[in-house]
Amino acid sequence: MLCLLFFLVTAIHAELCHPDAENAFKVRLSIRSALGDKAYAWDTNEEYLFKAMVAFSMRKVPNRETTEISHVLVCNVTQRVSFWFVVTDPSKNHTLPAVEVQSAIRMSRNRINSAFFLNDQTLEFLKIPSTLAPPTDPSVPIWIIIFGVIFCIVIVAVMLLILSGIRQRRRMSKGPTEVDDTEEKCENTITIENGIPCDPLDTKGGRINDAFLTEDERLTPL
Amino acid sequence: MACAQGPDPLGAGGGGERRPRWDNRLQYLLSCIGFAVGLGNIWRFPYLCQTYGGGAFLIPYLIALVLEGIPLFHIELAIGQRLRRGSVGVWKAVSPYLGGVGQAGTWVLCGVNPASSRRWRQAVPGHSGVCPTGLGCLTVSFLVSLYYNTVLTWVLWYFLNSFQSPLPWGSCPLDLNRTGLEAECQASSPVSYFWYRQTLNITADISDSGSVQGRLLACLAAAWAIVYLCVIRGIESTGKAIYFTALFPYLVLTVFLIRGLTLPGAVRGLTYLFTPDVQVLRSPRVWLDAATQIFFSLSLAFGGHIAFASYNPPRNNCEKDAVTIALVNSMTSLYASIAMFSVLGFKAANDHGRCLDRNILQLINAFDLPDQSVSRDDYAAVLTHLNATQPDRVARLCLETCRLEDFLDKGPGHVVGSPIRRQLSPVPRGLQSPTSCAVLKGERSSPSGAHLWPVVRPERSASGTGLAFIIFTEAILHMPGAPGWAVLFFGMLFTLGLSSMFGNMESIITPLLDVGLVHRSVPKEVLSGLVCLVCFLSATCFTLQSGNYWLEIFDNYVAPLDLMVLAFFEVVGVAYVYGVQRFGDDIECMTGRRPGLYWRVTWRVVSPLLLLTIFVAYVAVLAWTPLSYRAWDAQYVRFPLRQEKSYPGWVQATCVLLCFLPTLWVPAVALVQLLAECRRRKDGWQARNPVLCVEHLDCEQGLL
Repeated sequence: MLCLLFFLVTAIHAELCHPDAENAFKVRLSIRSALGDKAYAWDTNEEYLFKAMVAFSMRKVPNRETTEISHVLVCNVTQRVSFWFVVTDPSKNHTLPAVEVQSAIRMSRNRINSAFFLNDQTLEFLKIPSTLAPPTDPSVPIWIIIFGVIFCIVIVAVMLLILSGIRQRRRMSKGPTEVDDTEEKCENTITIENGIPCDPLDTKGGRINDAFLTEDERLTPL
Repeated sequence: MACAQGPDPLGAGGGGERRPRWDNRLQYLLSCIGFAVGLGNIWRFPYLCQTYGGGAFLIPYLIALVLEGIPLFHIELAIGQRLRRGSVGVWKAVSPYLGGVGQAGTWVLCGVNPASSRRWRQAVPGHSGVCPTGLGCLTVSFLVSLYYNTVLTWVLWYFLNSFQSPLPWGSCPLDLNRTGLEAECQASSPVSYFWYRQTLNITADISDSGSVQGRLLACLAAAWAIVYLCVIRGIESTGKAIYFTALFPYLVLTVFLIRGLTLPGAVRGLTYLFTPDVQVLRSPRVWLDAATQIFFSLSLAFGGHIAFASYNPPRNNCEKDAVTIALVNSMTSLYASIAMFSVLGFKAANDHGRCLDRNILQLINAFDLPDQSVSRDDYAAVLTHLNATQPDRVARLCLETCRLEDFLDKGPGHVVGSPIRRQLSPVPRGLQSPTSCAVLKGERSSPSGAHLWPVVRPERSASGTGLAFIIFTEAILHMPGAPGWAVLFFGMLFTLGLSSMFGNMESIITPLLDVGLVHRSVPKEVLSGLVCLVCFLSATCFTLQSGNYWLEIFDNYVAPLDLMVLAFFEVVGVAYVYGVQRFGDDIECMTGRRPGLYWRVTWRVVSPLLLLTIFVAYVAVLAWTPLSYRAWDAQYVRFPLRQEKSYPGWVQATCVLLCFLPTLWVPAVALVQLLAECRRRKDGWQARNPVLCVEHLDCEQGLL
């Protein structure tokens, strides 16, 4: 009798849950990619946890608060770690519509992921797109801040240079401009006397009259 | 003989203000090196090396350097140093209308130096006309600085965006529903999307100008402000800034080299780069590209080196300087290509690994093999086994062919296919059509040969933007500590470009000062400010959405032709109009040695001939290939491949005008000079022209 019941249950189970069944979803886990050395083996206990998480997600849907773990059927577990699952109604005769299951899973996706230490890429529900995380946009883009800093520094430096240039020019214009002009005039013209050009005087070096004795020659050497 | 003081036509160079001087020789050398070493050394030379047979490319490159680069460079430095004027004044001195008879080749120097007592010599009447070649140099420098600083604007934009983690070009933004990624980004790649959409916001066609991009305009203003800050007082300010801007890139290149060599896959990249393929040397295209690369790499014919050398003391060994700077420039190109290719080799290895991972994932998913059971090394064996046992199932999968050479081959224009599309939206088996496999593979193989870009298309440094902004940024994404590397990389590019901009601005400002276009009382700060302002306003056209297409026009067609023509006139002017003999005398005066046989032969024969050949070949290549550009169009059928479009008529006309405008100065002003000369002869020029006082170096009189 018990054997017959068991046989019946597995038959129904196989009917409701098989690859590409109606309202069934394929799940694929990549535990070793996610955890590396800390990867755990996928066994029946993990399966039980999975069924519990799915039941938990379904209980959050209105009208489905009575979903039990036994209503979630898992089949075709492969070595990849992939399997199919389906959620049945309390009578266990037919499966819940895929749309409901999809929305339930999407809402609790984070909880399911963290129960297994995985993320959206390593715990894949095929045909259930995950809600992507919104981008973290700071209120002021970073580039504007740095741009402002650089631009202000440059403007301040330009102002400083211009001001120092103006100050320098004012100082120079107050200085010996008259002396410069006369010196220039002397340099640029060659005086001519009787058709013979005179040598231009080296005004910068001062005027040296060779007729005078130098200081050294006054005193005879000892 | 009477010698009255004549009007000084040469502006700030003479008169009450002493001509500015370099603080020391190092400043001068660094300025010339900084001007010569630019963005092209980073992204043009490695690309050429890779395309033209690796180490074999060095042969035509070195030959071109010896026969063309160094002689022309020596001419520029020597005449600048001797005549101590910017490009306009210099060519005015060499010959007023370059090819005219009569007063051709007379030295007309007028630099009154109150500090020295020199003998005066009666000079031939000076000509008040401005020099045509110098004006051509000025115009070309102006046009080049417009678009060169736009490239710096982009670099600055990327630099500003590098101060965040994760980097913004690492992931696609979400679409409006937040259910998936932005479609355009998903179809191409995050780096391409960031470049084409979030930076340029490029339109699909050059005739569609779009609007001015605010963020690019802001960065353009900042870039010109920084340039103004550095050139505000001419070489007094650039001389201080050059210590940083010329040396910082070398530091960063060294850091990148060391880091790059320690990354996996780097050595493979380097061997691929430098493996010589001597067969490539048979194609004349290689020689043409080597010659043009040397020419543009040394920044010849801009007038910038003339301007820098004019601030030298007259007794400086310009021959040694020319050889030193040219060799440093070439060494920098090699050094940079080693650094770049070690990183690119890492990127290729990384991409290859990810390609294998994608295939392995597909196999594991399809055949339900345990996770991580197939390593990259086992992949080939497992694939053959599966192919033998279940070939039909394997064929249904869209497995890519992953070959490391394909990834190493990727040139700057190639867009990397996005793996994200496949992972996030796996196509259900039933919906997978045969064509979808071809689409996935189409990025790497050539479906009907349509992706083969015309081989003869000349590509200048603008095409290198693909290398910097797409390929290298993607490589940086995978390096640990990516934001730091991005900041370093774009900081290096910015300082490289900035030191080249100093030379460009000097070649505009120095001639304007020397010619006396601006009154002496106008301070230098105001003149540099005006020049920067005019350049900034003109460059806003590049911040339009179609700006990148216009920049490519400038870079591909305008600058190269003009520079070659001007360089040709330079070398012919000095060698024939002025005379190698007289030039040799002046060099002997400055350096103490006459130029040897090598210089005389190259100046007289080899360089002019080479320039003429290159120019003719370049024009022939341009005439042969239809003028076209590659547009980024999201609606294109084979997106993300860029669509080849031909330029509309008005664009071609603008192109031609911009090409010929600088070179038209030469015949136009020569004509003006000729007419003025005829009129002077009629009126009796002796009475009209004042005799100008000249100074000359003491060595001409035997007094040293």
